[in-house]
Amino acid sequence: MSERLAANRFELDEEESHIHVDQALCRSTGTGAALVAVCPAGVYSERDGEILVDYAACLECGTCRAVAAPGALTWHYPRGGFGVTFREG
Amino acid sequence: MTEAVEPDFDVIVVGAGPAGSVAAYRLAQQGLSVVLIERGEAPGSKNLSGGVLYGRVLDQVFPGFADEAPVERRITRHVTTFLTPDSAVSLDFRSDRLAEPVNAVTVLRARFDPWLASKAEEAGVFLMAGVRVDALLTEPGPDGSPRVVGVRAGEDELRARVVVAADGVNSFLARDLGLRRTEPTNHLAVGVKTVLRLPRAVIEDRFGLTGGEGAAHAIVGDCTLGIGGGAFLYTNTESLSLGVVLRLDDLVRSGRTAIEVFEHLLEHPGLAPYLRDAQVTEYGSHLVAEGGAAMVGTIATHGMVVVGEAAGLTINSGLTVRGMDLAIGSAIAAADAIVEAVAAGDVTASGLAGYRRRLEAGFVLRDMATYGRAPKFLERTGMYGAYGELAADVFHGVFGLDTTPRRHLLGVARRALKESPVTVRQLISDGWAGVRAL
Repeated sequence: MSERLAANRFELDEEESHIHVDQALCRSTGTGAALVAVCPAGVYSERDGEILVDYAACLECGTCRAVAAPGALTWHYPRGGFGVTFREG
Repeated sequence: MTEAVEPDFDVIVVGAGPAGSVAAYRLAQQGLSVVLIERGEAPGSKNLSGGVLYGRVLDQVFPGFADEAPVERRITRHVTTFLTPDSAVSLDFRSDRLAEPVNAVTVLRARFDPWLASKAEEAGVFLMAGVRVDALLTEPGPDGSPRVVGVRAGEDELRARVVVAADGVNSFLARDLGLRRTEPTNHLAVGVKTVLRLPRAVIEDRFGLTGGEGAAHAIVGDCTLGIGGGAFLYTNTESLSLGVVLRLDDLVRSGRTAIEVFEHLLEHPGLAPYLRDAQVTEYGSHLVAEGGAAMVGTIATHGMVVVGEAAGLTINSGLTVRGMDLAIGSAIAAADAIVEAVAAGDVTASGLAGYRRRLEAGFVLRDMATYGRAPKFLERTGMYGAYGELAADVFHGVFGLDTTPRRHLLGVARRALKESPVTVRQLISDGWAGVRAL
């Protein structure tokens, strides 16, 4: 998995993450488990009941946004010029 | 109508994918001033699709585009396969009639989209790349609902008579205005794709192609571990596009992860002969809306129209997966309606109503309606497991000569059906539903 992502080009926004999770809502709504299941980049993982977010690997598809309960996830596109750059697409 | 502030452009188009670039091109061609805003550092750099463009509609805008645009291969072979852990049953359609006129081509978006955007620029469109639009500028409209007057990107504000939201399946612009509802997860799927490099001659040998011909393989069954959806394998000039599309409700229910299913696909023995020695060059994903006509919400409001995937215009019929052609079709309709509305001096929802009228008269909304039942049909579970097994058992019964006395085909089929979890009633019911849906 990490090998495949390594082939991609990413411009990391060091100053701000475009993804934020509400830990309590992620737990109570089951959103946390759904995020881990659907993200093709492995951005989300769970440790000791907390959802960890590796936003640098995000492929910007928005699938996480689609499965999240209202309020459990704030997901936007990265700022202009940052994030993944596809050379094939 | 007098405007409080003179607009900077006639039209702002947000998103330089096929919908945005074609709309911008057509608007500029008809004399409007247009800015095309793209959040990627260049057009195409954020865009990804499976890769088949049913391009006849683009010929209406750029006749003979396939000769000029950076397309990969012309698809002359469509293979549909039911895959089980140890067998594959395929329907293989190849035809010279698909070559001329060019019916479908594979594209890699990081190459194809810049070409489309350059056509828009040549027509006079001002391209702003590397800029993320953060919000719409609105004012109270004639009936109290908001009227879109421009966009905000960081500190900057740009005003226009009309905004075209071509910002893709996640369309924050359409959502912020409440034009798109939150889709149920049974109407959404995640596409996961990798591009695998192989020499040109190896691709042509493995897939039975010559020259610029291409093959499109659609696969259902064990490739998704029985999860609703399917896999695809498309030939590019010097690479393959391999991916899965997984329905989100079924994926979450399965207890598996998208990564796990994708890795299963990569290692599937049924695909190994095609993929041997291929090098991964890229890995990406895309959210797919599969809800059919039900997903298309309000597509024209005061001062704004929504096109392409932002408007929910995608079709998965099981056999064909379409987005780009619908995006282009909607862009043509939207541009012509905007030209009409600007000329008439009425860019309210009613002034822009010509957009939906054109979509309904053309193939875009008609096809959305025709395949309206497809999503429901594709939720029937037999498609992803038992049917493939059943078909493989029947053909094994025909070809697997093990020195036991043979039976007539009907007997083989009867016995396979008896041993399968599929019932005759289910087969008839699904068959009838399939005929009606597809």
